[in-house]
Amino acid sequence: MSAPFDPTEKFAAYAHPSKLVSTQWLAEHRGDAGLVVVESDEDVLLYEVGHIPGSVKIDWHTDLNDKVNRDYIDGAAFSALMTSKGITRDSTVVIYGDKSNWWAAYALWVFTLFGHDDVRLLDGGRTKWLAEDREITTTASPVTRTDYPVIERNDVPIRAFKADVLAHFGNPLIDVRSDEEYSGARTTMPAYPEEGALRGGHIPSAASVPWARAAATDSTFRTRSELDGIYLGEAGLAAGDDVIAYCRIGERSSHTWFVLTHLLGFDNVRNYDGSWTEWGNAVAVPIAVGSAPGTAPAPRP
Amino acid sequence: MSTDLLNEIREDFLALEQKDRLLLLLEFANELPELPQKFQDHPDLLERVIECQSPVFIFVEVDADGAFHLHATAPRESPTTRGFASILAQGLDGLSAEEVLAVPDDYSQSIGLSEAVSPLRLRGMSAMLGRAKRQLRDRLAA
Repeated sequence: MSAPFDPTEKFAAYAHPSKLVSTQWLAEHRGDAGLVVVESDEDVLLYEVGHIPGSVKIDWHTDLNDKVNRDYIDGAAFSALMTSKGITRDSTVVIYGDKSNWWAAYALWVFTLFGHDDVRLLDGGRTKWLAEDREITTTASPVTRTDYPVIERNDVPIRAFKADVLAHFGNPLIDVRSDEEYSGARTTMPAYPEEGALRGGHIPSAASVPWARAAATDSTFRTRSELDGIYLGEAGLAAGDDVIAYCRIGERSSHTWFVLTHLLGFDNVRNYDGSWTEWGNAVAVPIAVGSAPGTAPAPRP
Repeated sequence: MSTDLLNEIREDFLALEQKDRLLLLLEFANELPELPQKFQDHPDLLERVIECQSPVFIFVEVDADGAFHLHATAPRESPTTRGFASILAQGLDGLSAEEVLAVPDDYSQSIGLSEAVSPLRLRGMSAMLGRAKRQLRDRLAA
């Protein structure tokens, strides 16, 4: 059973308006049968500080990642997670979080790896909900366990590996990190920890569009025309493009993946979650430094 | 005073299950004291810990009796960072300069949070300690 869609006018201009709900819609619908609200934050303690009544917490770090392999959880673990959170295969899941839904978008992307059909973001996330003085609670939400089926993860359509990036040269890449990370400038002082990459810079030919440009100051997504200006205008993407987005470990680029896929309607967008912590440590891959994208090397099949 | 309190804090964390360790960290976050008035009036005295993803600022003080104090501020919406700052502010408070400098640099790795908290955040806590020690050395050298 799926919850009704939010008819908010702003959403109608997006490619997939059904992927967003407004704070007002959620305030009215949060008790609906078949709807599960999920909080997913960068700060792993925020849910405990206060959350939307009835919502459950999914922790990007401990719930969605495999504890041993650098990979996402498998179908059995996802099934166990969903079951423990009271989510069925038919549930409408609305995810919200801190930092303009940065981690909420990451969780949504992982739900998509498992083909969960009806998963949406709360436009404006935690920040907007709090700014509007809407109800929060520290009371744990009662959960009725479900029986979520074991669905194998399907990485191919929306996830890129390093070899996929090497084969992708000549098609658009979007680097969503900060300008300093993109150029390869080192900002840390001596004796302070580096981010864990041996080389700085970016993947040659990648356009720089820091992820947060897609968010307005109130943490909501920018309007369709603003997003068109950024991604089609400045970054030069064209309808039908096959795009790969990346960042440091694939979280910020999930946000951009959401924007390109669901708000702008690109059908072939993949998130390279290995991102800079893999590329910046990999042997014999090309790197460009400075603020210019650099030219695309020949693709390696 | 000695580094007993830091050791106690470590043992308290390690005695708990992962989930409860997070709740203990939340307790610390709630206990982070407000900045003394003199720093609220002079934010320029505070040093930003840029390694932390959220805006956290620290200031180190050695009082007339030679006792160390760490003042820190971090936003309410960053409870993890507040928790780390609070552990250091409480655990280091009242120590001598020598005792503070002798605290292992990898203290943050030893309190059993690396499963529950991302490595980047734990490095933020190490950086807080590193910067506190550096400020202290600067102060002693001045």
